Amino acid sequence: MINITLQKRLNSAKGEMLLDIQFKVANGEFIALYGPSGAGKTSTLKMIAGLLKPDNGLLKVSEQTWFDQSAKVNLSAQKRNIGFVFQDYALFPNMTVLENLKFASQNAPNLISELITIMELGSLKDVLPSQLSGGQQQRVALARAAVQQPNILLLDEPLSAVDNLLRSKLQDYILQIHERFKFTTIMISHDQKEILKMANRCIILNNGKITTDGPPTDVFFTDLITTTDKLEAKIIHIAINSENAVLTIELQNSLIRTQVSLAKAATLNIGDRISLQASL
Amino acid sequence: MTNWAPLILTLKLALITTFILLILSIPVAFWLSRTKSRIKPIIETIVTMPLVLPPTVLGFYFLLAFSPNNSFGAWLDNTFGLQLLFSFTGLVIASVIYSLPFMVQPIQSGLKNLSPSLAEAAYLMGKSKWETLRHVQLPNIKASVITGIVLSFAHTVGEFGVVLMIGGNIPGQTKVASIAIYDEVEAMNYSAAHFYSFVLFAITFCILLSVYSLNNRHFKGLWR
Repeated sequence: MINITLQKRLNSAKGEMLLDIQFKVANGEFIALYGPSGAGKTSTLKMIAGLLKPDNGLLKVSEQTWFDQSAKVNLSAQKRNIGFVFQDYALFPNMTVLENLKFASQNAPNLISELITIMELGSLKDVLPSQLSGGQQQRVALARAAVQQPNILLLDEPLSAVDNLLRSKLQDYILQIHERFKFTTIMISHDQKEILKMANRCIILNNGKITTDGPPTDVFFTDLITTTDKLEAKIIHIAINSENAVLTIELQNSLIRTQVSLAKAATLNIGDRISLQASL
Repeated sequence: MTNWAPLILTLKLALITTFILLILSIPVAFWLSRTKSRIKPIIETIVTMPLVLPPTVLGFYFLLAFSPNNSFGAWLDNTFGLQLLFSFTGLVIASVIYSLPFMVQPIQSGLKNLSPSLAEAAYLMGKSKWETLRHVQLPNIKASVITGIVLSFAHTVGEFGVVLMIGGNIPGQTKVASIAIYDEVEAMNYSAAHFYSFVLFAITFCILLSVYSLNNRHFKGLWR
């Protein structure tokens, strides 16, 4: 169990902001941190890791106090045993893939070879990070964090820099690691689909405060759609064929195509708002 | 008969100075690259001052400080039996301070340009600051360290004003090549002056040439 109550004054682009958060994490949970940039997500991870000193608060990890302002306790980052996947991966450029993993833990040759197998890094063992693609670097960073067998695994937007296809594969790797080792995991993500797929809980941060905390399905979909609901959509494109017309419409950030009669299409223009009726 | 002693003395002075500077500058540069202390600008100013001050100013104050007639010089003499004025040890100390910015600045900017997440990642693996510096930070700023070494070495070889003020002209002790050249020209002995000058010219050219060729190859390797 992790008990987090932390406060920190931050200077953001919009001026000074008070990051003030309080939440508990059960062992083995997979939490997603979601929210606009500048909300304090990365600072939250860095305070948990001991890389950023909070102004005030209490951080306890299974009865061990990591930070307590009133008792002047601040456990150094070295002693917290945190696995951290940085946004820029932070692979050591002077070491090969294998040396990077060994640097994280000298005494775990079996674990290292297991992770090399899980992450499919066998052929890349002796390669320097500069010769790897973004997705490969990401896998090495993830393996390196797991080699430590950390108390907590923190992922700072690990998948923001890779394309969609690769993203989905890398999500599977992260889930595999989580399945295998049951690390308590906190991941920053900007992608709702990703959070729904991976996390069992989502915390939304806004302007330094937690606004919502719950299962991703509840957090993102506040309203249940019923048959009487009307969904607002916008026409993006109209294609006229010989017998009918195809409308491309935008519905909550997704594009949908639907067929209408030519007569109906003649009454519609691009940019029009239409309502769709759900039939369940 | 050519006298190699001044040239050998110059190389010895430059080697010892560069070695001490390397040991000394790494912690200074490390501290400067990460500190948010209010005294940082003061320390930076002091480290950089030899870059802009006339060497004679530095030499003059060393002369005063090292003189046994003054309290600091007398204290050194009484406590350690050190007479720094007109001695090789005095030259080394003065050279270290004189060339300090040439070693500190490249290493400091190298460390500063390194992504902070590299050191943070190492700390989270339980590595101490020293282990992180040795295994992660320094190996990744090799080019900056080599630049610092070469510049400090070359700068010490080219030293004249400071040596003239506190070293004097004792053969085998403080008579380095640059002083010897000045000496020979004063004595109208142009062939000896030419000999020293040409050797210094050739050595400096070769050192800088090899460093630049090495660096270029290094960067090409990175782009490929």
